Amino acid sequence: MENILKIESIEKYYGNKSSLTKAINDISFNVTKGEFVAIMGASGSGKTTLLNCISTIDKVTSGNIYVGGEDITKLKGNKLNKFRREELGFIFQDFNLLDTLTAYENIALALSIQNINTKEIDTKIKKVAKELNICDVLNKYPYQMSGGQKQRVASARAIITNPKLILADEPTGALDSKSAKMLLERFNYLNTTLAATILMVTHDAFTASYATRVIFIKDGKIFNEIHRGDQSRREFFDKIIDVVTMLGGDLVDAL
Amino acid sequence: MLYKLSIKNIKKSIKDYAIYFFTLILGVAIFYVFNAIDSQTVMLDISNSTNEIIKLMTNMLSGVSVFVSFILGFLIIYASRFLIKRRNKEFGIYLTLGMSKRKISLILFIETLFIGIISLIIGLGLGFLLSQFMSILVANMFDADLKKFEFIFSSSASVKCLIYFGIMYLLVMIFNTVNISKCKLVELLHSNKKSEKIKLKNPWLCIFIFVLATIGLSYAYYLVTGGVDKLQNVKEIFIPITLGSITTFFIFWSLSGLLLKLIMSMKHFYYKGLNSFTLRQISSKINTTVFSMSIICIMLFITICVLSSALSIKNSMSANLQELAPVDIQLTQVMNLDSEDISEFYTENMVKNSKLDLFETFKRNEINLLDELKDVTSIYIYKTPTLTYKDTLGSKLKEIQKKFKHLNYDSSETIVKLSEYNSLAKLYGDKTYTLNSDEYLIIGDFESMTSIRDEALKTDPKINVFNHILKPKYKKCQEGFIEMSGNHINSGIIIVPDEVVDDNYIYYHMIVGNYKVSNKKDKIKIEDKFLDINLNKNYIIPNINTRLDIAEATTGLGGIATFIGLYLGIIFLISSAAILALKELSESSDNKNRFKILRKLGCDEKLINKALFRQIGIFFMMPLSLAIIHSIFGIKFSCFILEIFGKDGLLPSIIMTACFIIIIYGGYFLITYHCSKNIIKEK
Repeated sequence: MENILKIESIEKYYGNKSSLTKAINDISFNVTKGEFVAIMGASGSGKTTLLNCISTIDKVTSGNIYVGGEDITKLKGNKLNKFRREELGFIFQDFNLLDTLTAYENIALALSIQNINTKEIDTKIKKVAKELNICDVLNKYPYQMSGGQKQRVASARAIITNPKLILADEPTGALDSKSAKMLLERFNYLNTTLAATILMVTHDAFTASYATRVIFIKDGKIFNEIHRGDQSRREFFDKIIDVVTMLGGDLVDAL
Repeated sequence: MLYKLSIKNIKKSIKDYAIYFFTLILGVAIFYVFNAIDSQTVMLDISNSTNEIIKLMTNMLSGVSVFVSFILGFLIIYASRFLIKRRNKEFGIYLTLGMSKRKISLILFIETLFIGIISLIIGLGLGFLLSQFMSILVANMFDADLKKFEFIFSSSASVKCLIYFGIMYLLVMIFNTVNISKCKLVELLHSNKKSEKIKLKNPWLCIFIFVLATIGLSYAYYLVTGGVDKLQNVKEIFIPITLGSITTFFIFWSLSGLLLKLIMSMKHFYYKGLNSFTLRQISSKINTTVFSMSIICIMLFITICVLSSALSIKNSMSANLQELAPVDIQLTQVMNLDSEDISEFYTENMVKNSKLDLFETFKRNEINLLDELKDVTSIYIYKTPTLTYKDTLGSKLKEIQKKFKHLNYDSSETIVKLSEYNSLAKLYGDKTYTLNSDEYLIIGDFESMTSIRDEALKTDPKINVFNHILKPKYKKCQEGFIEMSGNHINSGIIIVPDEVVDDNYIYYHMIVGNYKVSNKKDKIKIEDKFLDINLNKNYIIPNINTRLDIAEATTGLGGIATFIGLYLGIIFLISSAAILALKELSESSDNKNRFKILRKLGCDEKLINKALFRQIGIFFMMPLSLAIIHSIFGIKFSCFILEIFGKDGLLPSIIMTACFIIIIYGGYFLITYHCSKNIIKEK
């Protein structure tokens, strides 16, 4: 399978010589096309830093990150912006929707900054809205929507540009369990039906159990990695819990 | 500790709110400059009459200062409300830590005190420097010479500054304390988490209101331009003003909804780049600032009108002087008084001597006018009770009387012989005329009055002049005047063929001429000599009208208008620009988040800056564009009001006003843009 994301021994240090924090300490892994990968870890384990580095919001101290064969650690300025808007889709914990725009306009914005014409924007939004089940909230403003709806709108915004890679940072963090489940079902649908490649950061085992592979991070290093394979979600969930228990008490409270 | 917190806060906010401090300093400086004019004139070489005018001006300026201090006071309170709002979270943290509200008020108190002291010191320093330039401007305005240049510090103006601004700052402190005591902790802590509720107005209602407001505004425009003749008294001018203000409010109210709807329907434009984002930003801002937007629009409107009219008064007055005071001196003397006129003004001897003409009067006082003057032209003015204003209006009388209730229709008309008028006109450089023995013509240059006469002249009204029936030669008043003055004030003089007049009805005698001497000192000496002949009370006091006097009066009036215009104009401009700038900057913390999202979506920095520039630009342009439209009609109206001052100087003064606005308003816009750019910049 084609490698969408290839991470080669990246490191990220914070602070100065006297007090050095290694947020990421030599991490390498690949994500192939059509995979749904979850990265788990406790607070401070470095998972969000990892995501920020992949999403080019932050810069690595050393190492290389390849997205679709291109080394993104070498990108600068407008090329970086271009990469971000054309190759990546973002989903954030706090939705990051523009409160002044309707759902439709929020989704459209991702396309209009790529100078895509209005007709195409409209057909694409109609299609993605159906897939994510948000047709009836398209004309609402963020303050009129529930958390789950907001996150699905944000997801629609993330996938509408057909990105090589969708990055989700704690997408269920601000949702109640019912909305979270609904969102994850959608993720599953995007992954299996539309073959979207998703990289998701979470500390929640339930959320992680929807992925096809889970990577555990502890103190900036990869601690473990498990594949779902042919197991049912329930079985996979139990397996995740086992690893979490092994990881220590840190994560247990997050369940 | 409180003290330390306050100082830290000032340091922190000075960067973000540089524009607020800048405005405060500017306010203090301008306040000082205009109140210090009095002291600055010490170094000017000016005549007594100019001195009087400057005294009058400083009195008026100090009156205007009270008004200005109100404007600045509101600005400061408005601004401090913004500043507090921005720090809600900080105050919330203080409160959760157990600090009392009283202490928070104290922090704000210390801050205001510091800001006040700093702004006053810098402002007074700046004002001191600027006021030195002001003396040059004053000298220029009043055609005076600078005797000697020295730096003058006006203690009275600075004390006044201290008192006025002290009161303003005190009010702010009280206002802040009240504000803080009303705060709720939970609201303070979560104030920035509240996501904005978008209240979309019903587009049909918006269109309806917009159309209604436009109609109302058009009617107000009509009232001050086309329908201006219908305005009968001063009070009626408040109708278009009130109507204009209310409709301005409703236009802004409906515009945000209307504009959004309109542009949203242009899908290709709306969904292009960041257009949808920018438009929403603007519309939500207009939505929340309809009231201040209207106030700013009206302030800008007043600024434009006041500045351009004031500057044009000065310009056109200088131009008028050349045209309306073409000779050095004009002497007039009442003639043919009879015993009934004896009163405290006219002694018996005066009445007796009123049969003498000016030459004779002066000769008896041992002055030969022809020795002192050249180009002497003599002219007799006739009046008769049998020819009054109403007699000249013919069949239109009833109609005109109904329309203009306040004119005196029974005043006797001024009559002049054609030959005498022609010789005067030749001297003045005006057009000369010929008349048949049964014709007359009317000259005048006060347009409001001549337009009434023109209406009557269209119907060819015949008049009876000393039992001669005359018909008008022209269907319009002809441009011209007899008496010198600073303005166009000739409301109509009837010129008749020489043979029809009756010398028993000579009302006064007039002589015009130029001095034989050319330097100013000698001219003044002759003037003084002429004035002395009235001392023995045996002769009627001739009225002496000189170009020098007229010049001083006109430049003085022009100067006063200019200074008051400048004062109000600049204060209004900086106030309105500062409000817009503060509004924009106080929201940039919200915007910061939004722009951050845009960056995460992969927007280019260039696109983001363009969106920000447009957003602020449109926000600044909105009230200005409506104000400019208002001003087109406002200036037309002020032209009508200021008719007597002439309107020759209008174009240059409008250009100068535009420069003022571009520099001050545009400057505020650019500073706001750069500050906002800094705030939203990724750290």
